[in-house]
Amino acid sequence: MTQLLSGSARFRSIRATVPTVDQVTVEDRAAAFTRRSIKTSAKLAGLKMVVSMMDLTTLEGKDTPGKVAYLCRKALHPIESRYDTPPCAAVCVYPNMVRHARRFLGDLSPVKVASVATGFPSGQYALRTKLEETRRAAGDGADEIDMVIDRGAFLSGDFQKVSDEIAAVKEVCGAAHLKVILETGELVTYDNVRLASQIAMEAGADFIKTSTGKVQPAATMPVTLVMLEAIRDYFFATGIRIGMKPAGGIRTAKQSLAYLVMVKETLGDDWLSPGLFRLGASTLLNDVLMQIVKTVDGNYQSADYFSLP
Amino acid sequence: MTMKSKATAKLKVRRAVAVLKPVAPAHVQPVIADRDRRLKFGDKWDYTPAPETVPVKIAPRYELFIDGKFTAPQAGKYFDSINPATEEKLCEIANGGAEDVDRAVKAARRAYETVWSKMPGRERGKYLFRVARLVQERARELAILETMDGGKPIKESRDFDMPTVAAHFFHHGGWADKLQYAFPGRTPRPLGVAGQIIPWNFPLLMAAWKIAPALACGNTVVLKPSKTTSITALHLAAIFQEAGLPDGVVNIVTGTAETGRAIYHHPDVNKIAFTGSTEVGKIIAQACAGTGKRLTLELGGKAANIILEDAPLNQAVEGIVSGIYFNQGHVCCAGSRLFVQEGVFGTVVRKLRDRIQTLRVGNPLDKNTDIGAINSSAQLEKIRELVQCGIDEGAEVEQSSCTLPAKGYWFRPTFLTNVTMSHRVAREEIFGPVLSVMSFRTPEEAIERANNTPYGLSAGVWTDKGSKIFKMVNQLRAGVVWANSYNKFDPASPFGGYKESGFGREGGVQGLAGYVNLS
Amino acid sequence: MSAVRLDVRKTYKMFVGGSFVRSESGRSLAVHDPQGRALDNICHASRKDLRDAVVAARSATDGWAKKTPYLRGQILYRAAEMLETRADSLAGEIARSTGATTGKARAEVNLAIDRLVYFAGWTDKFTQVFGAVNPVASSHFNFTSPEPTGVVAVLAPDEPSLLPLVSTLAPVILSGNSAIAIASEKYPLPALTFAEILATSDLPGGVINILSGNRQELIPHIASHLDINAIVDASGMEETHLALQAGTAVNLKRYARRSLAAEAWFGPAGEDAYWILDTVEFKTAWHPIGL
Repeated sequence: MTQLLSGSARFRSIRATVPTVDQVTVEDRAAAFTRRSIKTSAKLAGLKMVVSMMDLTTLEGKDTPGKVAYLCRKALHPIESRYDTPPCAAVCVYPNMVRHARRFLGDLSPVKVASVATGFPSGQYALRTKLEETRRAAGDGADEIDMVIDRGAFLSGDFQKVSDEIAAVKEVCGAAHLKVILETGELVTYDNVRLASQIAMEAGADFIKTSTGKVQPAATMPVTLVMLEAIRDYFFATGIRIGMKPAGGIRTAKQSLAYLVMVKETLGDDWLSPGLFRLGASTLLNDVLMQIVKTVDGNYQSADYFSLP
Repeated sequence: MTMKSKATAKLKVRRAVAVLKPVAPAHVQPVIADRDRRLKFGDKWDYTPAPETVPVKIAPRYELFIDGKFTAPQAGKYFDSINPATEEKLCEIANGGAEDVDRAVKAARRAYETVWSKMPGRERGKYLFRVARLVQERARELAILETMDGGKPIKESRDFDMPTVAAHFFHHGGWADKLQYAFPGRTPRPLGVAGQIIPWNFPLLMAAWKIAPALACGNTVVLKPSKTTSITALHLAAIFQEAGLPDGVVNIVTGTAETGRAIYHHPDVNKIAFTGSTEVGKIIAQACAGTGKRLTLELGGKAANIILEDAPLNQAVEGIVSGIYFNQGHVCCAGSRLFVQEGVFGTVVRKLRDRIQTLRVGNPLDKNTDIGAINSSAQLEKIRELVQCGIDEGAEVEQSSCTLPAKGYWFRPTFLTNVTMSHRVAREEIFGPVLSVMSFRTPEEAIERANNTPYGLSAGVWTDKGSKIFKMVNQLRAGVVWANSYNKFDPASPFGGYKESGFGREGGVQGLAGYVNLS
Repeated sequence: MSAVRLDVRKTYKMFVGGSFVRSESGRSLAVHDPQGRALDNICHASRKDLRDAVVAARSATDGWAKKTPYLRGQILYRAAEMLETRADSLAGEIARSTGATTGKARAEVNLAIDRLVYFAGWTDKFTQVFGAVNPVASSHFNFTSPEPTGVVAVLAPDEPSLLPLVSTLAPVILSGNSAIAIASEKYPLPALTFAEILATSDLPGGVINILSGNRQELIPHIASHLDINAIVDASGMEETHLALQAGTAVNLKRYARRSLAAEAWFGPAGEDAYWILDTVEFKTAWHPIGL
């Protein structure tokens, strides 16, 4: 485990290693990204990149193999091939649905299977069951595990417990990569988000993720910016590139392009790829596809012409 | 406890720990060696040009605005106004002579005596509210004109300049009938005719900063815009006409330094307000001495932007960038001296180096441009000369690596390290996107070095600790101190300097004092 | 032969939460002009309507108080713009309701417009004028800032029918409070039409709510309501004054009285910046100064 404090840092307060965040300035900076004007070929390229980065999601109590079948098919073939649009990065489902997704997609699918785990969304369960759930999901064929941190532990100051749980889940992931959901809506302050990001990265997260999508607010531009900055600082400190996934609350193509601008101008070219950046969404996909078709064909589209996932 | 049970007890504890604290496995991503740890701000997903496409009409020639009408200068002289981003001529601007200034002052005097000083404050205020609303309606057009004339990015004129212009008229409209509340124990009266000379860095905004309080307090105005940026002031004149502002209340006399001289030497002007260089401010002070004219000056600066170890560092870097690169550094209150506490010096410089790589320099009419053109070739020369001087004196220059357009006046965002307070670049106002970076060890040292300048307009302080903010705010000899922020402006917030940065305030309650007689 | 065109008569509703609503009680009252001629029917508000109006005001107050002072000023100015645009219509309502001459009615509307402009200009200034940085004798930065008190009940007098309502509402809401106004009982129609001006002024729903009906019926419930933070009583009636001021005893709600004769509303007494202070609370904060 990368030690939180080493060398001279041991003698500085934690805040020197994990800086505080000024709310007003970070929100101003995040807003500035939304004022970039992305047009024509850059817009088309950006929208296709968004599709390739999408974790197409269904997380409902009423999910069934049939629903998952629609989802997988949509992720593999979002739109007619003449629009030359890549498949989505992954589908994201509950543990019970993993084996159905795996069956529909096959073993060599370009679309990965991501499973939520660890008592998603609340995380208010014993570690033992969380680990068992993770093991089963990975065993059923999940390529990626999206876990939730213990927010209760975090907010009551038991950061070590938060860290230990992440490390334990990482261990049972095996080859699957681990995304750690901070549930930023419950952490509330940017300082908390920054600290939670640090804890997650040091404990073994491959990706840090904003939200479960079950709590409002879910992903926001400023919260994502704070996490991208955490990733940047971590990269310079350790040489490891951690990925980032905002999830929930991103509904329009315009918003998704603003997120890409933010990644590009904060972390640079290396992070503009599905290996290091994902968007967790469901209704976003069709809005992006409608925008792709509008950019190519020239007219405003209607939802009637785009299949539901 | 027996030996045996103790051993069992220990065993139990160890096993529990083993379950909870596994060794964390490696991340999926490889570890990049220290020397290769760089962020790549290349051309993956380049933005395509996003030019502002709304057409605007620039007249081939603009006349003076005197007594409610556009009128030719008596001597019939004009000069060209050019677009600093393209070096193309935009139009001709009237060159007002002393005789035109005299006409304007007479019109202002007549308007003051017969109309404006007799009008109840409530009604004066309503004119200002009308102007504010008209500026809001015409904001897009005005923003484009401002960008073409002065070189600043359309994003800034659209999102900052124009809304703030409207806000100043709106705010001061509300003071016109409430002046007795601004001056307890006194009955404020207007001064009469105000002569106002403004610079080229925020052309329409500077006009608003001058005209709005003057009118709110019952004065009439003769305003001279800067030679290189006259267009939006003349469109504002058209807005005054549309608002029905009585003739002569505001007069706009475009021209050169000579025109300005005629204004501050005119015997029938009661008040002079000037924003510009300290050098010219001193000349004006000399000219006004002994004449009975009231005077306010808003001059140059060399502000210190101080980053302490416990600052929210990522946001502090944003503050550095908005402090010196906003408006191409053409800001009197620019944070042009960066003081970084030594413990975080390397980190801040690295972040700054990365950050300036994402600043887009280029066509100001492109909506994605962050840094526009330098206002004139003269200013560009000055910036180049001072930076060269810095290099000659031993500073190290770092610049972003963006490509610049072939035509026009451009300077890349730049910072200089290995600089001390003895270097010219750290003492003289460059008025460009050039930052001098220095270190300090204690807050007291930072304050001492920050105050070690004849200027005193503004300063910035970045720290997480509130008490430190208040302590430093108290001790910094500057008229405006931004804590965990920079370049924030509001019509309700007084702005102005200490020492050679001038005297008098603009905005807020204190800003009204320069336009009233309280005796 | 051409037929006579039948006009479409307006239904006068109350204004609660940004919508025009009828009383939940379904009751109505007939309104007459000074000659006793029937004019229109208005809603007869019940205590439940008052209850709902307070709920609407309470849920609006947080968002309204968080808006920038500049924005609140622009919204009040827009109300002036809307009132100016419909000045003839409002003047007609006043004349029809009260028997005033057209000239007098128009003068009343003009003043109401100017009062809105006046108070619009206070939103971003009153904290400077009435707040302070306090020079305490210790190493602390100490400041006092006025903050809105919350939900305010406003009672208008019977006459004039529009001007007092506008003059008492504006200083209440400019600081971020929301209000429930009880319209004049004798001449309610202009106040109810004024709600239409508010509805087109970008004013968020619930910031101003206007009820009509029988004042006496509502007063005990206003006085005893625990979720009303202040009362501004311009009703000019002694028994009302006593009943409402007693409401302070229940939850310490603030009580302010405006005792102006009908004509006085037209003069400088009807426009007082210090009225702003009746519905603000002064917050004082200390912060150490030191490294």
